[in-house]
Amino acid sequence: MTQQFYVSPEQLMKDRADFARKGIARGRSVVVISCEDGIALVAENPSPSLHKIGEIYDKIAFAAVGKYNEFESLRQAGVRYADIRGYSYDREDVTARGLASVYAQSLGAVFTAEQKPFEVELAVAEVGPTQEEDHLYRLTFDGSIADEHGFIVMGGQAEKVSAAVEDGWRQDLAFAAAIRLAVRGLVTDNAASALPARAVEVAVLDRASESGRGTRRAFRRLTDADVVALLAEED
Amino acid sequence: MQERTANQVAANATSSFTEHLQRDRPDLLPYNRALPAPAASHPSQPLQVPHATTIVAMSYAGGVLMAGDRRATMGNVIASRHIEKVFPADQYSVLGIAGTAGIAIDITRLFQVELEHYEKIEGTLLSLDGKANRLGAMIRGNLPMALQGLAVIPLFAGFDTAAGVGRLFSYDVTGGRYEEQEHHTVGSGSVFARGALKKLWRPNLPEDDAISVAVESLYDAADDDSATGGPDPVRQLWPVVYTVNRAGARRIPERDLAAVAGNIIESRAAARREA
Repeated sequence: MTQQFYVSPEQLMKDRADFARKGIARGRSVVVISCEDGIALVAENPSPSLHKIGEIYDKIAFAAVGKYNEFESLRQAGVRYADIRGYSYDREDVTARGLASVYAQSLGAVFTAEQKPFEVELAVAEVGPTQEEDHLYRLTFDGSIADEHGFIVMGGQAEKVSAAVEDGWRQDLAFAAAIRLAVRGLVTDNAASALPARAVEVAVLDRASESGRGTRRAFRRLTDADVVALLAEED
Repeated sequence: MQERTANQVAANATSSFTEHLQRDRPDLLPYNRALPAPAASHPSQPLQVPHATTIVAMSYAGGVLMAGDRRATMGNVIASRHIEKVFPADQYSVLGIAGTAGIAIDITRLFQVELEHYEKIEGTLLSLDGKANRLGAMIRGNLPMALQGLAVIPLFAGFDTAAGVGRLFSYDVTGGRYEEQEHHTVGSGSVFARGALKKLWRPNLPEDDAISVAVESLYDAADDDSATGGPDPVRQLWPVVYTVNRAGARRIPERDLAAVAGNIIESRAAARREA
């Protein structure tokens, strides 16, 4: 029997983190912005059917970068968690905080115990009745969790995009302005000078869904036509 | 080994909330409880639980409509005057329930989550036939309870966005699903409501007329069936009425129903007929 090489736990964790970071850095970025009308989620994504942004529950949405099969399984697990919780307690007992901590535990367990860590980064967003009550959680591959204010940028060139978004972010942005800001930010990630509407995936969590659209489900995916119209408008 | 993992992943990938509960949390299903056999000293005494009664549904120009009265009874006692028996199932469908109220309300809740869960996992709405079949499966799941006297009979109506028409489905206690063409009623007052519908319903009724036909047929059911509640001007209680058309499901506001019910009561009072 061959002797196994000794690897220190520090080195093992560092290798795993490097591996996960590399995987994530290959992907395109996602921006989640809290604004006056609600929360806008914008991703660079050329596929019309393989989504990076999804609905979890009434007021909660999910965005991810990294490996599709891995974050898709996490998204489905999140929908199951939320639906079971809402069905067995009550709809208002489903919160982004609860969901984020379940995600943190799963990611942490995978990072330490599995063969390979998940190459994903997640955002869990919950829209509140006012902007102060919005919740944005960022979760990384090792299970660390951060409570962010204003906006989250994840993905390959997160720092560059983040700097661009930070420049234009104000608390009183409307959806249209927030989405334009996010798309402008995502362009810095690219060699191209502009992003066509079909290369971005946009969804919003509507703060006024109950009074405006008569539904408690705040999540709404924008069509290509909506996005084209939004991007054509001037600030 | 690899093949087994792949099969396992595929087997676990379900878009159905009910299947997921069945596997992981069977205790949460409304009908997955073993009831004790009736004791020998109390030979098959019916369990005293609230029952929900008459539901009517019909097609009209551009969609389908469903209405239910507001009374729940427990034996000869009125258990509730405010109960609602017609619920939106999702954006394009509604269901009404008759039978054991407690289980029916739980099945409704499960059905609503089932449809929403599918929509979120798959990113698309279930077809209307798919929804109707899922509801049938849930009623079949309740068959053991039904055999012990706790039956639930739903009525399901929705707008088929692919075909562009409103459709109506009735069920039996074994989960059998039957598509109805014009109108249908369930519950203890259904025979009387059905008689009224046969006389009042016409093809392609405008929406306003359909609402008043529904309220009038419930009025007739309440007239002859003690378990069905009529319009209650003292408490300002009116039937619950939903319409479903291309634009989605819509609950008819109380104000409109008060006017419709007021007209019916007035015309019946003016006619001064005994029966």
